Amino acid sequence: MAQAKAKYLTLEEGFFAAFLIVIAFACLIIAGKTYDQVMAFHTSLGALFAAVGAFIIFKNYFNDGGIEIPQEIDGKPNYNLGPIKFAAWAAMLWGVAGFTVGLIVALQLAYPVLNLDLPWTSFGRLRPLHTSAVIFAFGGNVLLGTSFYVVQRTSRARMPGRIAPWFVILGYNAFIVIAGTGYLLGATQSKEYAEPEWYADLWLTIVWVSYLLLFLGTIWKRKEPHIYVANWFYLAFIITIAMLHIVNNLTIPVTIYGTKSYILWSGVQDAMVQWWYGHNAVGFFLTAGFLAIMYYFVPKRAERPVYSYRLSIVHFWALIFLYIWAGPHHLHYTALPQWASTLGATFSIILWMPSWGGMINGLMTLSGAWDKLRTDPVLRMMVVSIAFYGMSTFEGPLMSLRSVNSLSHYTDWTIGHVHSGALGWVGYISFGALYCLVPWLWNKKQVYSLKLVNWHFWISTIGIVLYICAMWVSGIMQGLMWRAYDKLGFLEYSFIETVEAMHPFYVIRAMGGALFVAGALIMVYNLWMTVRHGEAEEATAIETGAMAPAQ
Amino acid sequence: MSLWNKHEIFEKHSIVLVIGILFVVSIGGLVEIAPLFYLKSTIEKVEGMRPYTPLELAGRNVYVREGCYLCHSQMIRPMRDELERYGRFSLAAESMYDHPFQWGSKRTGPDLARVGGKYSDEWHRDHLVNPRSVVPESIMPGYPFLLETKLNARGISDHLTANAVAGVPYSEEQIAEARKDMMAQANPDGDDVDAFLERYPNAIVRDFDGNPKDVTEMDALVAYLQMLGTLVDFSIYDDKANLR
Repeated sequence: MAQAKAKYLTLEEGFFAAFLIVIAFACLIIAGKTYDQVMAFHTSLGALFAAVGAFIIFKNYFNDGGIEIPQEIDGKPNYNLGPIKFAAWAAMLWGVAGFTVGLIVALQLAYPVLNLDLPWTSFGRLRPLHTSAVIFAFGGNVLLGTSFYVVQRTSRARMPGRIAPWFVILGYNAFIVIAGTGYLLGATQSKEYAEPEWYADLWLTIVWVSYLLLFLGTIWKRKEPHIYVANWFYLAFIITIAMLHIVNNLTIPVTIYGTKSYILWSGVQDAMVQWWYGHNAVGFFLTAGFLAIMYYFVPKRAERPVYSYRLSIVHFWALIFLYIWAGPHHLHYTALPQWASTLGATFSIILWMPSWGGMINGLMTLSGAWDKLRTDPVLRMMVVSIAFYGMSTFEGPLMSLRSVNSLSHYTDWTIGHVHSGALGWVGYISFGALYCLVPWLWNKKQVYSLKLVNWHFWISTIGIVLYICAMWVSGIMQGLMWRAYDKLGFLEYSFIETVEAMHPFYVIRAMGGALFVAGALIMVYNLWMTVRHGEAEEATAIETGAMAPAQ
Repeated sequence: MSLWNKHEIFEKHSIVLVIGILFVVSIGGLVEIAPLFYLKSTIEKVEGMRPYTPLELAGRNVYVREGCYLCHSQMIRPMRDELERYGRFSLAAESMYDHPFQWGSKRTGPDLARVGGKYSDEWHRDHLVNPRSVVPESIMPGYPFLLETKLNARGISDHLTANAVAGVPYSEEQIAEARKDMMAQANPDGDDVDAFLERYPNAIVRDFDGNPKDVTEMDALVAYLQMLGTLVDFSIYDDKANLR
């Protein structure tokens, strides 16, 4: 009945609709005036996204405008799960895409003919697509989705806003589309893990600030006196990524009608800023954020409280304080002054302690529940991920030592190290979280098939082992070959001989990557079947699921 | 009351937690980054550094666009094998006009910090079109399209202006004549060469892509590669004065 509806858009709907309309017009104006084809494409895409967004806001208003969404149903919080469901599927989609592009670039290194000699299929453009797709598209959607879930559950409150949660999720994925297509078309500022150009960066800043406000807004509505430990980690991740993103991307566009910009920093300062950013993209995006997942999903799945509350406090503050210093270990023996890289290495060594403190806190959460590893492959996946976390946070400080770094830097050892963290830690904790989250979100008892989870686990574990072993061997071998001298005191190998020697290991690495992709496909099938055919959970069994507050 | 209980303030007040996080994560960056802007020893005193010519800058943008930095570093470390393989170790001063820096992090291919002058233009051309035609074992992608893509000269002055805003000392004249200079550097027989060389002394003027009719992206990229690491005059460089 029309009379029952409110006469006006809510303030939130009005604000977002107006904002999106402004964006759509701004995009159209730029699209009309630009000579830059990439800019024309991206602004058209932006105008389309914004217009569709505004349209949906109005459409929903006319369909059900004014109907209040209840904060609670039968005394239980009415959690907002829609955006989380979207993020879960986006994560799976981008994950498979990102892993596959990774496999393609791995094959290109083994068989260069696969570059096809075309601009948009060459290694230099696909590699950023791979890194961004797995870190920001796959990892980012996992973080967004789980953080929305965890913060609502542990606060026992529905996220504020109707549009805002969708704006954050869809806006973030729009950023992914703009960034990814930009790489293929050659729009990049060449800063590793921060390649998107200025307009994509601006958009991400808007989305990210909304994310922070939304996250805080949920915390402000909480019914629990304490903020749960996972939320500290999520908050540190959101805030620090905002700081890193803004400082590292301060840039001067050549014109607002073009994609190209020049970064404000230059040379040695730019290198320092970049690796301060780059290492903390690891530290705060790929570590703090996923530690938050560990602190919620592992105790939940193991049905045990977090091992030590005090250890979590020490872990949290020590980790975020120390991580931010570690960046310059990427710049040993470069033109960066030695005092800076020494500081970076020193803090990297100290960082070992909170890293392993966190690992112990996660692993020991299973005390009394270790038997579940035999029966629950999801929990096993998460435990192995924590083990990989421990391994790569041991390897990292080792590689930050000047003498080790002189050998490992510029070689595949770095690539292997990154992937033991990325595939083992980030990948597995994400898969574990998705295997938990999807049945919870769609109100199913359990994933469709635990047997398939088992298959996923073993296939990708073999893949990871092949990958990192191949990279250890090829990295250390190449490092040694570069510095090898013959009896007469000449360099023993030309550069190209070291490239030739890599070939078998590049093939093995690609095989490992293929197994990892296969595992991910099994997961997508399994979770799809869970949603479609999983056995429904009985309605009474929905628990609010807040963890015991910190004492 | 135990010290642990004091942590409650962070757990019960989100704003206190936010401020705590911001404070804790700011320290490391401030200590490591800020001094690089005021410590005079950070960038060595050298002779010879000049901003990129418009053609070199355009070539550098091709280098950035194609992601060359993902496989080629531009940072020679002071180690015996690198000095013998690539030449003198890189100075901070040599990338002082680089927005952004191109030091790289991986050597799937060799370092390029001093590749300038090591190979002929023709070698670079052949190598970029089909790397395996000159290095059979190479795994580098081919870039044949560079030879066919005319260099986009539109708005090159704006590129120089943006660099100038970021601190690169381009003169007003260099900015105003950027388009002419860009074409002049690839046309040794053109009329604007003398004026160009006055604005950029010691720059190389050649038909880099071997095609006198067009100025292509190949011209720009090869011009950039051929000047890499060649600017600083090491015959008068004083190592000891720049110890840090």
